[in-house]
Amino acid sequence: MATVEAHAEQQQHHPIKLYLLVWGLLFVLSAFSYMVDYLGLEGYLRWSLILIFMMLKAGLIVAVFMHMAWERLALTYAILLPPLLVLVFVALMVSESNYVLFTRLAFFGAGQ
Amino acid sequence: MSAPLKPSALEPLPRSSGLAGFASDWASDQRAFKNVSWGKAMMWIFLLSDTFVFGCFLIAYMSARMSTTVPWPNPSEVFALEIGGVHVPLILIAIMTFVLISSSGTMAMAVNYGYRRDRRKTAALMLLTALFGATFVGMQAFEWSKLIAEGVRPWGNPWGAAQFGSTFFMITGFHGTHVTFGVIFLLIIARKVWRGDFDTERRGFFTSRKGHYEIVEITGLYWHFVDLVWVFIFAFFYLW
Repeated sequence: MATVEAHAEQQQHHPIKLYLLVWGLLFVLSAFSYMVDYLGLEGYLRWSLILIFMMLKAGLIVAVFMHMAWERLALTYAILLPPLLVLVFVALMVSESNYVLFTRLAFFGAGQ
Repeated sequence: MSAPLKPSALEPLPRSSGLAGFASDWASDQRAFKNVSWGKAMMWIFLLSDTFVFGCFLIAYMSARMSTTVPWPNPSEVFALEIGGVHVPLILIAIMTFVLISSSGTMAMAVNYGYRRDRRKTAALMLLTALFGATFVGMQAFEWSKLIAEGVRPWGNPWGAAQFGSTFFMITGFHGTHVTFGVIFLLIIARKVWRGDFDTERRGFFTSRKGHYEIVEITGLYWHFVDLVWVFIFAFFYLW
């Protein structure tokens, strides 16, 4: 086990500059996300920008800060692929929510 | 006891990389995660399960918001503040986001100095991370008190759909709890680093085992995950 830990010590030696760069990028991306709201963008432009900045930030945190970019694929796939199943759940619940909204409007009248 | 092995016999065979490496790692005996210690692998698996917990919360929020016939309160206005007489939308949440990102930056640098075995810088950066985390929780407490004073309850609020309060308190409450436990975790590990436990190989009071600087990286994984969850909450709950 000690060899595994010693291995990690050699493996995760990255220059401080890399972390500062990612830190700066996260700040800029967060500022962009905030500007989406501040400028009052609406509709598909707003939603797509929110998702793009969110995924870029999440990717930077997982890849660099959590060192996923330097792990072997055995771990990367074991951790990153299962959450994709959440998207199936999202699709199911979008369909279900639309149905619930439909029944509420049809049988209880609009607004309560 | 036996004749010394030839140096070549001591060298492990090089592991294949890419997809072939993925297949051979998972097909091999004993362990799938070849160069990852059990502590790190288990933290990753815990974080994976936590991903599903927060995933379910965000899906519940999405279902409530999509199926309600009453308009959803506008978070941009709900979380606005008056600063010096100027009305700034969502400013408190933006500041909280920057505080949490800064804490992730200091944590990443703490991990780096940990592997360089620089115990003073590592402990100082971890304490700074904990300070940012505590600041975040403090701002969240302020936000909660402000909303409660304005009449937000889990069963209703003055601006629209009743589910706004319940999803808000549940999602930010669980996230704030994670941050709080992260701060405690950081303080415990920072104390060990400061005392030099991983240089003197002092045994832990609970496990009686020697620690390694790798625990700083494992603590960091948890902390970055808390920041990661906030990225999703910020996008879906506050900005959407």
